[in-house]
Amino acid sequence: MWIYKLIVLLPLVGALLAMPTGRMFSARAAELLTSGLMILVAVFSWTAFFSVTGSQADLTVPLFTWINSGDFHVAWALKIDSLTAVMLVVVNTVSCLVHIYSIGYMSHDPHRPRFFAYLSLFTFAMLSLVTASNFLQMFFGWEGVGLASYLLIGFWFHKDSANAAAIKAFVVNRVGDFGFVLGIMATFMVFGSIEFDKVFPQVHHFENHTFHFLAWEVPTMTTICLLLFVGAMGKSAQIVLHTWLPDAMEGPTPVSALIHAATMVTAGVFMICRLSYMFEAAPTALAVVTVVGATTAFFAATVGLFQNDIKRVIAYSTCSQLGYMFFAAGVSAYPVAMFHLFTHAFFKALLFLGAGSVIHAMSDEQDMRKMGGIYKMIPMTWAMMLIGTFALTGVGIPGVEIFGAPLGFAGFVSKDGILEMAYAAHSGVGKYAFWMGIAAAVMTSFYSWRLAFMTFHDKPRASTEVMSHVHESPAVMTIPLAILAVGAVLAGMVFYGGFMGHDLAAFWGASFPEHGATHAVMTEAHHVKQTVAVVVWAPFVVMLLGLGIAYYYYIRHPELPPKMGQSRNGLYLFVKNKWYFDELYDFLFVRPAQKIGRFFWKKGDGLTIDGFGPDGVSALVLKITGQVVRLQTGYLYHYAFAMLIGVAALVTYFMFFGGAN
Amino acid sequence: MLDWPLLSAITFLPTFGALILLVTSNDEKTGAAQARSVALWVTTVTFLLSLFLWAGFDSSTAEFQFEEKASWLGGNINYHMGVDGISMMFVILTTLLMPLCILASWKSIENRVREYMIAFLILETLMIGVFCALDLFLFYLFFEAGLIPMFLIIGIWGGVRRVYASFKFFLYTLLGSILMLVAVVWMYVTAGTSDITTLLTYQFDPGIQKWLWLAFFASFAVKMPMWPVHTWLPDAHVEAPTAGSVILAGILLKMGGYGFLRFSLPMFPIASEYFAGLVFFLSVVAIIYTSLVALVQEDIKKLIAYSSVAHMGFVTMGIFTFNIQGIEGGIFQMLSHGIVSGALFLSVGVIYDRMHTREIAAYGGLVHRMPVYAAVFMLFTMANVGLPGTGGFVGEILALIGVFKVNTWVALFAATGAILSAAYALWLYRRVIFGRLEKANLKSIADMDRREILIMTPLVLITLWMGFYPVPVLDIMAVSVDNLVSQVDAALTAYHGVEAVAPAAEAVGHAAGH
Repeated sequence: MWIYKLIVLLPLVGALLAMPTGRMFSARAAELLTSGLMILVAVFSWTAFFSVTGSQADLTVPLFTWINSGDFHVAWALKIDSLTAVMLVVVNTVSCLVHIYSIGYMSHDPHRPRFFAYLSLFTFAMLSLVTASNFLQMFFGWEGVGLASYLLIGFWFHKDSANAAAIKAFVVNRVGDFGFVLGIMATFMVFGSIEFDKVFPQVHHFENHTFHFLAWEVPTMTTICLLLFVGAMGKSAQIVLHTWLPDAMEGPTPVSALIHAATMVTAGVFMICRLSYMFEAAPTALAVVTVVGATTAFFAATVGLFQNDIKRVIAYSTCSQLGYMFFAAGVSAYPVAMFHLFTHAFFKALLFLGAGSVIHAMSDEQDMRKMGGIYKMIPMTWAMMLIGTFALTGVGIPGVEIFGAPLGFAGFVSKDGILEMAYAAHSGVGKYAFWMGIAAAVMTSFYSWRLAFMTFHDKPRASTEVMSHVHESPAVMTIPLAILAVGAVLAGMVFYGGFMGHDLAAFWGASFPEHGATHAVMTEAHHVKQTVAVVVWAPFVVMLLGLGIAYYYYIRHPELPPKMGQSRNGLYLFVKNKWYFDELYDFLFVRPAQKIGRFFWKKGDGLTIDGFGPDGVSALVLKITGQVVRLQTGYLYHYAFAMLIGVAALVTYFMFFGGAN
Repeated sequence: MLDWPLLSAITFLPTFGALILLVTSNDEKTGAAQARSVALWVTTVTFLLSLFLWAGFDSSTAEFQFEEKASWLGGNINYHMGVDGISMMFVILTTLLMPLCILASWKSIENRVREYMIAFLILETLMIGVFCALDLFLFYLFFEAGLIPMFLIIGIWGGVRRVYASFKFFLYTLLGSILMLVAVVWMYVTAGTSDITTLLTYQFDPGIQKWLWLAFFASFAVKMPMWPVHTWLPDAHVEAPTAGSVILAGILLKMGGYGFLRFSLPMFPIASEYFAGLVFFLSVVAIIYTSLVALVQEDIKKLIAYSSVAHMGFVTMGIFTFNIQGIEGGIFQMLSHGIVSGALFLSVGVIYDRMHTREIAAYGGLVHRMPVYAAVFMLFTMANVGLPGTGGFVGEILALIGVFKVNTWVALFAATGAILSAAYALWLYRRVIFGRLEKANLKSIADMDRREILIMTPLVLITLWMGFYPVPVLDIMAVSVDNLVSQVDAALTAYHGVEAVAPAAEAVGHAAGH
């Protein structure tokens, strides 16, 4: 019990103490304090992981009451089961490594205690999200990570672009939260509770149930799940609500690794998995999840093709990978979605922190067109980035097993797993997801290798000034990279058996519905893998294809891409400009909101209400009396006078008539 | 219960302080210093006294407590005071904000300090009186008289356009108060008593209820203020001195909501149900319309004023759901908004005292010179946008849950308020606090001093406490709200007769799924 409380609360302690420590002692003391606490928390989390998974544990640690209003009861409590345990190790491992890495990365920044306070605050919020035992606490963590994300994106508050990105992230997330909140309210109205343990067992009563929402009689479970999914789309940057994520790269790179790759953005996937009992009762909602996920996987990969900012490429890649996780959940393969979430945390954090190491080496340059030819100068970073790229693009040997697990890097094991599931769903949306996933995989391979080649290989394109300063990062940065690299290589093979292999049922316990669609799709996938060659080989082939194209353009003929950059081809511009989402939203929402606001203010309040109301009346009064100056001092007296007369009249009334009662 | 008149002591102690101020030194300088310390002492002692109210409060009953009754004006109007779970916390809120207001005026008010303090002390008496009065006429007296010191505060110590602002206030309020007076007299004549506890059980004729409801509504809607009678508020806030804004936003606006709960709902339940749709409509318009207007404001105080109107939209919406979550959400929202908006106006006061401008464009990059201020302002900005973990969230979510049960359209539109509030509040914060510190006159601006930190600390702690552990506050109102809801329900059931009950029961069965 105490261990779970410590896991959640120690980061909060770190967050609260970081700034006072920084002020009283030194920035270094604040760094050591927060990082030390995180190491402790990470160790506890792994302890919890091994004791919870496989033990069928499902317990709730109550803390104290939060809200009591009529029949609406909410308590602060920690729900601990296998799903939570997986999230605990993901969040705390990456957070711990990012804390340590930041000691090196942020060493020149004057506001380090504040930075570490925010990192720890984020960790606390994320932990309260994943340990939530009810919707409202989940929402607390949900908005809490949003706050931390806002603060960290805007960490360099002197930069206008960072401030704009921070606000954008918060507001776009609020659009998603709008759906989330409505979903919570609908849940409460239908189920009379928002405790997971009270809602889930009731779900089967409501499978064919309808309720009145807005003007229509709608299917209950589908509506609730879709509303909640809107929240997930916002937090996990799915298409339509994705626009904030690339901009969020304005934040310091360790933040991108922790929040915008490994943990916070996966909250949406976690939410669907946590609520799997509800989504299982809403097949339509699941189909929507599948389509949105698959479309995002494809869309984000296309945009990633031609970005030149090293961090933005990885950001779009994250967006795309989250799409994979969603469509895995959408075909009821929740364990596999969580598996990819788990492995992705390692290799994506590795890629981001590696990119940070490159940026650090290149004197804060992020444009890949001004990099190149540095692999010999920063060999450790180069090697780490290569491992990350292998994992992301899915390098492995299809059809070969080692101790019952597929042989390959982490991303190979989990991503191929997802594609198998999509295929095995034997549904229209499943097939759509499969082929979108394959298409995204070829692009993933291309942009990942393009990134690696442009950054490290070919001729140096940076100024000699910058080149002369290129240096390998200190150990405090490279050791976390190495640890993540171990995960990127092994996490897939080591944890395959538990997450989605033979030990599946024991590993997850009651985190997901035991029978039904999940069981069916996973059994079918094992069958499909044996019989359908395209499922086994297609991902592998397209991975090689992407590599080949990238090699052709960026190693063999590096003179070609700059020429293509001049292209006015419509499709190229469409992709290059991110499908014009930002421009569209600016046109549809941002400008009209300003315009309408101004209209309401000047024409509504000013011209209409005041014009016919007080100003009109006063003009009339002034016209009649014509005594502008004297009136101004007179209002108060008039008022007091009027009231006095009223009181006097009352008193008189009582004196003469009231006494008779 | 205590056997000494605690409520009267709390109510009139400030007036006693005002009397003391009348005999302080006439010398400008010493008089001012004396006035400040007397006012601070008196308001602090009043606050401490009011804590006895909380300590002695029995939250297991909906009855009025700490009652005092004395014959007055020939026995027809009684001096009748008392509090229940709905009004008690408003008394505490008032007594809490007052010493902070006095402290906030410590340096910024330099002219006629004595008169200023007297106005505030009298105002405190009148505000507490509103929440404690259990006689209709006594209530009316406190309710209306409270405007006079507020007029003086805005009119004498206010900004450039103070006359316009107070005039506007006057016109709006006049209309409401005249109509309310007529209704009050009518009720007295009809029911034969002005005692609120008796009137609460009196059943007015349904047809008449609508007129009485409208008469009270005229007054309360202006006070809230509800759209479209809100336009006095931005002007009044902009012109008022900081402490005036705090009291205006923190307490005076709450009198409208309190009035709905004390009069409109229990006394005119049938009319309340009849007009609920109208209130929902006005509330939703207030939330969206004023949020959009707030988005384009160029004056910090005006922006916060408009945001207040939007937040009050949640209050009226919650109250007229007639269910527990909605009403408790409305009350909680009023209490937390009292703290948060008060704190926001105090925050504006901090930089106004330094730069003497409220224009957003005149600021930028304050975080470089004022980190403590930036942190405090951030917390209250987040509370204003209803972030979970702050007081602003609890009221909003409860009001939304309440209204979702009644009308999903209203819930849908009201929920967009959360998006818009984030937009205008963060946009304000960014322009004032973040960015580069480029303006020459800001280069030497100083961070909050000890006095300012002393003012903010309790507000910060209360905001967080109300966000993480609102249970004590909710528990106090629980039984009274429960009672109110069942009273309204009973009246409506009786009015609609048996045929209306059947579909409702069916709906409940339907929701249960079988």
